[in-house]
Amino acid sequence: MGVFSPGFRGRSVETNAALPPGQHETRDFPVLSAGPTPPVALERWEFTITTEGGRKTTWSWPQLLALPSQTPTVDIHCVTSWSKLGTTWRGVSLDVLLEDIDTAADYALIHSYGGYTTNLPLEDLLSGQAWIAYEFDGEDLAPEHGGPARLLVPHLYFWKSAKWVRGIELLLEDEPGFWETAGYHDYGDPWREQRYQGD
Amino acid sequence: MWRTATLVATRDETPDARTLVLDVPGWPGHLGGQHVDVRLTAEDGYQATRSYSLAAPVDHDRVEVTVQRVADGEVSPYLTDGLSLGDAVEVRGPAGGWFVWRPGEPGGVLLVAGGSGIVPLMAMIRARRAVGSATPFRLIYSVRSPGERYYAAELDQLADEADGPELAYVYTRSAPAGSNREAARIGAADLPPPGWSRDGEETCFVCGPTSFVEVVAASLVSHGYDPRRIKAERFGPSGQ
Repeated sequence: MGVFSPGFRGRSVETNAALPPGQHETRDFPVLSAGPTPPVALERWEFTITTEGGRKTTWSWPQLLALPSQTPTVDIHCVTSWSKLGTTWRGVSLDVLLEDIDTAADYALIHSYGGYTTNLPLEDLLSGQAWIAYEFDGEDLAPEHGGPARLLVPHLYFWKSAKWVRGIELLLEDEPGFWETAGYHDYGDPWREQRYQGD
Repeated sequence: MWRTATLVATRDETPDARTLVLDVPGWPGHLGGQHVDVRLTAEDGYQATRSYSLAAPVDHDRVEVTVQRVADGEVSPYLTDGLSLGDAVEVRGPAGGWFVWRPGEPGGVLLVAGGSGIVPLMAMIRARRAVGSATPFRLIYSVRSPGERYYAAELDQLADEADGPELAYVYTRSAPAGSNREAARIGAADLPPPGWSRDGEETCFVCGPTSFVEVVAASLVSHGYDPRRIKAERFGPSGQ
C-alpha cells in the first residue's frame, strides 16, 4: 500500500521476532470476554469430553488436579492485536485427557460455563499444543481470566483458549463457535494473520 | 481489506480525547458497537495496528472514532496530535458481530459506560436517533468528573428531547454541586433492576475497563438480568 503516515515512527526498534504480523507487545493482561464472568463453584466443577458417538468421560476438580501437570511458558496473541510474551501456566496437557478416548473425530467444539463456544481441529489440541490450565504465573487462575480453568492453545489467537472451560465435544464435521459465527476466522493462526473470515 | 482513510474533521471531546472523522471510500457500513482496525505505516515500512470502537452510525463513507490519548502509547498520540486534516491512515472493518445493537430488535436497551467505554454505546444512541427508533434506551455513564464526559453537549441536548434516551451519570471522583449522589465507584444501587422498559426483556451493553465491567456485569446478574442478554466489552490498562 502506498499510504504512509508522515512523522509516524512507532517503536520499530522494539520489533520482536516473537511477535506475529500486526501484533504489539503488552505487559498487562487485558481481558476480552463477551459477557459476565460466570461464577463456577469448584465443588460442582466438571470437565467432560464427549465423543462423536455420545460417550462421555468426566473429571471432577480433584480428579483434574490429580493428573500429571505441566508448566508451559508460552506467548499468547489476542486478535485485538496485543501479544503477551513468556506467560507461565500450570495445567494438564490435552494429550493426557484425550489419551484413553476412542474417537475418529477430526474436529472439536469447546464449551464453557456461561455458554461460550469455540471450535478447532482436534489435532491442534494434541502433541503438546494445548492444556487445561488452572494456574497463571504461579497463582490460581483468576475468574476474569477464565478461572477456575481455561483451555490454553497458545499457537492460535487467544479467543480459541476458551475461559471457564466445561467440556470438549468431538465432532466428525467442523462446527463454528461463538466468535467464529460472528465474523472471526475459523482457524485463527496469528502467524498467517487469520483474524476475520476471508483472511 | 485495508482501505485508505483520510482525516476530514476533528472534534475535541475532552483534553485527553479527540474524535476523528475519516473519509473512507468504499466503506461497507457498520452497526453501532462494532469496531475498526486502524493501521499506521512508518517511512521504514514498520506498521502498527490498533482497534477502535466506531463512535457514530453509518453515514455513507464517513467513519468516526474517538481516541483517548495514552501518554506513552505508540499509536494514540499520533492519531490525536500527529495526524493533520488531509492525512491518511488505513482502516479495515467493521469487526465484531456480537456487541452490536440492531435497530428493530425487541426489548429495551440498558447501556452502562465506564470512561471511554462510552464510545461504542454512543454509536448505538446515535443510531437509534438516526433511524427514529422508539426503543427505550437508558444510559448510565460513569466518569471521574463532569469535565471528563465525552459528547457532553450532545448528551445534554438528547436529555432534553421528549423521546431521547434516559441518561444518568455516576461520578467517581468529583460530583457536581447539588448532586444527590456522592462521588463513588459504580455499584449495584446505580443500576436499575430489570423490567424498567415495559417493552419486553432488556438487553444490556456494558463497556469500560475490566474492573468496571466485572462489577457492573456481576451486579446486573444479581439484579436478575439474563446473563445471555448482558453483552460486555472490556479494555485493559494497555488498551489504546
